[in-house]
Amino acid sequence: MADEPIIKVQEVHKWYGNFHALKGVSMDVQKGEVIVIFGPSGSGKSTFIRTLNRLEEHQRGKIVVDGIEMSHDVRNIEQIRSETGMVFQQFNLFPHLTVMQNIVLAPIQVRKWTKQKAEEIAMQLLERVGIPEQANKFPGQLSGGQQQRVAIARSLAMQPKIMLFDEPTSALDPEMIKEVLDVMTELAKSGMTILAVTHEMGFARAVADRMIFFDKGEIVEQGTPEQIFNSPKEDRTKLFLSQILRH
Amino acid sequence: MAINEPVLPPITERSNILSWMRKNLFGSWYDALLTILGAWIVYWALSGLLRWVFVTAEWEVIVVNMRLLMIGQYPLEQAWRLWLWLGLLVFLSGNSLAIWARQSKYAVLLLLAPALLSLFQVGAGQRGWLIGLTVTGLVGWGIGRIKPEVLKRSVIAGWVISLPVIILLTRGLSESETSFMPEVRTNLWGGLLLTFLLTVVGIMFSFPIGVLLALGRRSELPIIRWFSVGYIELVRGVPLISILFMAQLMLPLFLPDGWTVDRVIRAMVGITLFSAAYLAENVRGGLQAIPKGQFEAAEALGLSGAQTMIFIILPQALRLIIPILVGQFIGVFKDTSLVAIVGLLDLVGIARTVLAQPAFLGLQREVYVFISLIFWVLSYGMSYLSQRLEERLGVGIR
Repeated sequence: MADEPIIKVQEVHKWYGNFHALKGVSMDVQKGEVIVIFGPSGSGKSTFIRTLNRLEEHQRGKIVVDGIEMSHDVRNIEQIRSETGMVFQQFNLFPHLTVMQNIVLAPIQVRKWTKQKAEEIAMQLLERVGIPEQANKFPGQLSGGQQQRVAIARSLAMQPKIMLFDEPTSALDPEMIKEVLDVMTELAKSGMTILAVTHEMGFARAVADRMIFFDKGEIVEQGTPEQIFNSPKEDRTKLFLSQILRH
Repeated sequence: MAINEPVLPPITERSNILSWMRKNLFGSWYDALLTILGAWIVYWALSGLLRWVFVTAEWEVIVVNMRLLMIGQYPLEQAWRLWLWLGLLVFLSGNSLAIWARQSKYAVLLLLAPALLSLFQVGAGQRGWLIGLTVTGLVGWGIGRIKPEVLKRSVIAGWVISLPVIILLTRGLSESETSFMPEVRTNLWGGLLLTFLLTVVGIMFSFPIGVLLALGRRSELPIIRWFSVGYIELVRGVPLISILFMAQLMLPLFLPDGWTVDRVIRAMVGITLFSAAYLAENVRGGLQAIPKGQFEAAEALGLSGAQTMIFIILPQALRLIIPILVGQFIGVFKDTSLVAIVGLLDLVGIARTVLAQPAFLGLQREVYVFISLIFWVLSYGMSYLSQRLEERLGVGIR
């Protein structure tokens, strides 16, 4: 992979008041790479992934997404956001719109597609995530797993180059986690560039190209799933893995 | 215990009115005492009221002055213009009932109200118009029932253009006396007509201004934020009556010589600006109730700030505050009565002139009970409609 990385992060710092949340994070992401970010709560992993589409502002360092440098320029930010999809822990579907309206809103308003084109693509996506029959329901009428799949379809409708997942299964009941992971796995195998903050180690083992362990606002260790699971180098990584893999 | 035994629901107590009374009204000696005491108080209050309404009260003052109370000095030969826009409103109401209130079977009965009013002592001409209104409403209802889906957009458009149509018809087209629709100056507008127009204009214009002020108060641009905060706090700190006085008495002092602004328009501006400040705070409350995740999801999709507001945040925020908004609109409706103090002849103002007629001295009770009844019926109507609206919009939410 000799191409230019699709995401370049150099020495990114972020403070909340006096709290140093990100302490000089640097990394490159290649096109098509699937990266799983994990670490204890409060380690800054969610904050980091949210700086990549400017839901959080970084105060020092440089972030370049798809050749566009993140700056205060609103047009740059909106362009980056329309190239990156994001899926949230709490789904964040729009409760006053139907599933179909949730999906077609951004393509029609931002991409300026016709309603017909947007709805065709939305239907294809709903079939891809396995719930075409729910198109005309409201989010409140769906289960958590279905809602999260709609949220994934909504992000994909913008035809993003990068997908960011921020703990997508943490708010789900156990029996619904699989249906969401299946969709994510299929997406990973289709060649999408993915950064996922998750503790689903089965998912990581199956599809991740690289795993990144975050602790106290910095990258402690990274490597292939094989390296991370079988021969972690750092003590903090070993300790954390032993805690989440014990049962 | 037999395993196959079916599980039965609890036996419901069969009751008739006598056993219900024994249980709920005469359960013990103090229950019985309270029941008798309560019944006596109700009888005492009701019989007094009914005797006054049907025997003592001299309703002639209302009958004789009905036209004044309804439209003030508005010329009778031009009154057809008012009936015309009333017809438009009733027609649209009929459409809307058929389209949006299909579940409530009795809603259509509302359209019979004008015809029922015609049973009272009204002139022959008015009776015809009132029955005409009901017919128009029923026709609108019928049309709405035939093609509800197709008509939706045109009915909404109809409501949108109805305010300019009302103003245009009421005011007239040209100044020449001989023309088809000569101008009727606002000093002739009065009674319920004026109250209605002040209310509708106040609501329609204060709503967008209030929403903009609420957004302005949350703006990141300091000048816009300070202006919004300053405006809201300034206006909310002053009673409406003093704003009306300022608009009537002080505004002319600031305008250049020869400039005059119509007195009714001055009152409309005062009411609108006053209501906008309160509305802004209500809308801000709604905006604050929207979870941060909604903003984040919209932004993450690449929607701009304005698109996020228009498509995601405002629809949810306004839906949340429908009950508060309607409460405020009812407030605007009743507050318009303050214009009587600055000399406009709205429902209350005209009531005072009626009471000044030598023939009807001392009939305050009849006149004020009558206008209170009008205020109550219309306020309750707004409240009822908002409840239906909430039910409709509540479908499938969260």
